[in-house]
Amino acid sequence: MEIEELKTVIEAIVYVAEEPVRAEQLKEVFPEESFDKIELALQKAMDDFNARNAGMWIREVAGGFRMTTRPEHHEHIRAYLKTKPGARLSMAALETLAVIAYRQPVTLAEILAIRGKKSSGALHTLLEKKLVSIVGRKPVVGRPILYGTSREFLMHFGLKDLAELPTLEEFAQMAEEKA
Amino acid sequence: MATDQEPNPGIEAPESLAITVRLDAFEGPLDLLLHLIKREELDIWNIPIARVTEQYLNYLRMMQDLNINLAAEWLVMAATLIYIKSRMLLPPDPQPAETGGEAREDPRAELVYQLLEHQKFKNAAQMLYTREEVENAIWCKPPAEVLEGEQNVVAVSLFDLIKAFHEVVRRFEEAQQAMEVEQEEVTIEQKMGDVRRLLMVHDTILFSAFFEQSRSKRHLIVTFLALLELVRLREIWLYQKRIFDEIFITKGKADSSKA
Repeated sequence: MEIEELKTVIEAIVYVAEEPVRAEQLKEVFPEESFDKIELALQKAMDDFNARNAGMWIREVAGGFRMTTRPEHHEHIRAYLKTKPGARLSMAALETLAVIAYRQPVTLAEILAIRGKKSSGALHTLLEKKLVSIVGRKPVVGRPILYGTSREFLMHFGLKDLAELPTLEEFAQMAEEKA
Repeated sequence: MATDQEPNPGIEAPESLAITVRLDAFEGPLDLLLHLIKREELDIWNIPIARVTEQYLNYLRMMQDLNINLAAEWLVMAATLIYIKSRMLLPPDPQPAETGGEAREDPRAELVYQLLEHQKFKNAAQMLYTREEVENAIWCKPPAEVLEGEQNVVAVSLFDLIKAFHEVVRRFEEAQQAMEVEQEEVTIEQKMGDVRRLLMVHDTILFSAFFEQSRSKRHLIVTFLALLELVRLREIWLYQKRIFDEIFITKGKADSSKA
């Protein structure tokens, strides 16, 4: 298949997909095409689509490609849908989540040490919202549960992967400036 | 006493600000300390520990006056501050440690490290907050209504359901020659829970098989009503491959569409 044609088909697939579309999934659809070519077409589908500056855009989220509306249109979209912004995570939950994201896999006791306060309530919320999951047990006395972020976490914060997060050192500089 | 004991604006400030203190503004002791340092424009690398301790204790007293139940970590921090303060008062060890040459460690070092570490994660949380805000302003296409798997499925009509239920009752009456009748109370909610649990293990359940454990007519009816309720909530689908065929129960779209 010509790359241009492949690109348009992929665009259509990204449109109908409920989840971010990954190159591996497309390989199953186009078994005769090489993986490299599929990746290239996928990238091209995103670049060309976004170059149109349309109301939608394709972005890389949680290891895949996803078509969404643009954030700058949110007011009008909300007015049309007649919805209000959804419930936000509390600052306590976000702080706990930040500790887990940067220190994973991490135990509840380690979270407590960093935050200087009990975090079980916040952790419970995060588990319930599936932003955090149990990733194992630490091989020490008591075998405490280890927590890590989930794919849902990447989706929720629109991250391609964990590497897209700024490094903690960048926050350290900010911290010293602020303090 | 301590070096920074000069008349100090921080002491009376909390008095006048007392009303404005909101508990959720300071989530924990570290947040309160950071707030104090920021408000007094103190150098985090050279915290006047006596002054900060005093202010910290003032806040604690205020919170107690307000009948706020203080968690243990607040008192632990108070103890830590007082401990650091007392160590600051000690003259440096005249005899350097045997290992030699090692400079006296600042008693505040660990607290400073903890504060900076905490500030880092607060900033990271702020970044997540902003990202969440952007993500909340984005919509994806709602999932398409596709019923996976079977190609020729027929949605079940109410009449099919009633007919199937009659069949179940008939079989039940046939089988029930001399069965002991026990008084058992099953609620629709309980039955709904059973269905959900079963569907976690099995993809599909045969409609007729689902009634097999029922031991009384009342139980049958409750089970049937539970199924109807789950259909109404779109938690389950009922379908058959051909009209008049067996009816199958499968998971609906309601729970997965939230993703």
